[in-house]
Amino acid sequence: MNLGPYAAFIVAAYSLTLAVVAVLIAWVLLDYRAQQKILADLEARGMARRSEVSR
Amino acid sequence: MEWIALANPSRFLGLAERLLPWLVGATALAFAAGLYAAFFVAPEDYQQGQTVRIMFIHVPGAWLGMLGWAIMSVAALGTLVWRHPLADVAQKTAAPLGAAFTFVCLITGALWGRPMWGTYWVWDARLTSVLVLFLMYLGLIALWRAIEDPSRAARAAAVLTLVGAINLPIIKFSVDWWNTLHQPASLLRLGTPTIHPAILVPLLIMVVAFTLLFFTLYVSAMRNEILRRRVRTLRLLQAQAARGF
Amino acid sequence: MTALAALLVRDMRLAVRVGGGALMGVLFFLLVVTMVPFGVGPDLKLLARIGPAILWIGALLATLFGLDRLLAADHDDGSLDLILMSRAPLELAVATKAIAHWLTTGLPLVIAAPLLGIFLNIDGPAIAVVALALLVGTPALTFIGLIGAALAVALERGGLLLPVLVLPLTVPVLVFGISAGDAAMAHAAPFGPAFLILVALTLMSVVVGPFAAAAVLRHGLD
Repeated sequence: MNLGPYAAFIVAAYSLTLAVVAVLIAWVLLDYRAQQKILADLEARGMARRSEVSR
Repeated sequence: MEWIALANPSRFLGLAERLLPWLVGATALAFAAGLYAAFFVAPEDYQQGQTVRIMFIHVPGAWLGMLGWAIMSVAALGTLVWRHPLADVAQKTAAPLGAAFTFVCLITGALWGRPMWGTYWVWDARLTSVLVLFLMYLGLIALWRAIEDPSRAARAAAVLTLVGAINLPIIKFSVDWWNTLHQPASLLRLGTPTIHPAILVPLLIMVVAFTLLFFTLYVSAMRNEILRRRVRTLRLLQAQAARGF
Repeated sequence: MTALAALLVRDMRLAVRVGGGALMGVLFFLLVVTMVPFGVGPDLKLLARIGPAILWIGALLATLFGLDRLLAADHDDGSLDLILMSRAPLELAVATKAIAHWLTTGLPLVIAAPLLGIFLNIDGPAIAVVALALLVGTPALTFIGLIGAALAVALERGGLLLPVLVLPLTVPVLVFGISAGDAAMAHAAPFGPAFLILVALTLMSVVVGPFAAAAVLRHGLD
């Protein structure tokens, strides 16, 4: 579709927003994986929270 | 289930697991509808041409920036008044998200401004208020990172958030005043485009889509923060065990 | 002598002693006002036009940099703990400290402003108006800064964080203070509304500042 003479600005705006959102999604996903990994690691070493040990 | 039960972080984790797939799906659908409406349903604006399409991101960005601070303020009350363990987490995670969308609002405002007013930045009341909001977000995030203990950090941040919440309307008022003072009688047409339904409806859909996106990210980030605190607790226990306590 | 009066006198005595830093604020103010012409050139008309703004920004910065004197020094030597434990309400105690701080840092700025106004080629009546606005507005800067000072105490290394937190909150004071100060100039809005709003902002900050600072000190200093 024809975005007019200022197409570059429209594309830039949408691309930048997409980039920011992508960074946020990546941050959330990677942080999740990192924390899960550390928790699994600590668990393997025998550390557990009190509420889990009592199960 | 009473609301108070949600204050238990483990319960929250369970809830998050169940909610997230729905949130992701709803977000995707809303964006599909919103983007379609933004590009294929909304007509060109007679003044701004196609660049009005940028408004469909700029306005949701501003809205989310304000929503972020509002959520943090409610959570701050939870921290200071009721000492909810989850309130600290709720406060902390909203900050970077709110800041990111405020940033989006600023940049899209500049990209919208260049074709509309001929310049990337204009010290008009709205953009300037958003800039001050962005700076306040950054200061708050810096405060979070400056205190090691999570609960102390939460309480300090809570006070600053509430002081900020009181100040934001005052700042907006003062920026409006300042802007009308210094605005020469000029040819700049800084008014909002007249919003007719054909533009309003896509705008509302995009606002809904962005809000759903915010909450999807927010719930996920809260989950991560809860896990991070567990890690910290376990590591402290580990350090104690190593010392033979 | 009541506890609060004693606190006021103590703070003021400490401020004017060697290392107290009270008059340092004025010296800094003078330096800032001197620096600006180096930046924008000696054009007297331009300086007169932006003069009130320079005075206000100079006062703001001088207040900001003096804020670590407000609470951090007491935290370091343990007197803050004594203040926290005393029977005087914490809100009143920090308000008293803020008053002492303004008397020793803010008020000297107000007194120095007319002289510096001459450097900036602001004419007589305008200088009086700016000085009045500063007199009314600098307490707001101190009381808003009090919140930042309390937050900085809760941090180990504050650094530039204190100004970063305080500056956005001072935007309204700056806007209305300069607007009131500009009133004597041709292009400006009338004096009345801006001045009244400035008074309102100061009164608000005198209330909100101590409450917020006390909350931070109570909750943030475990």
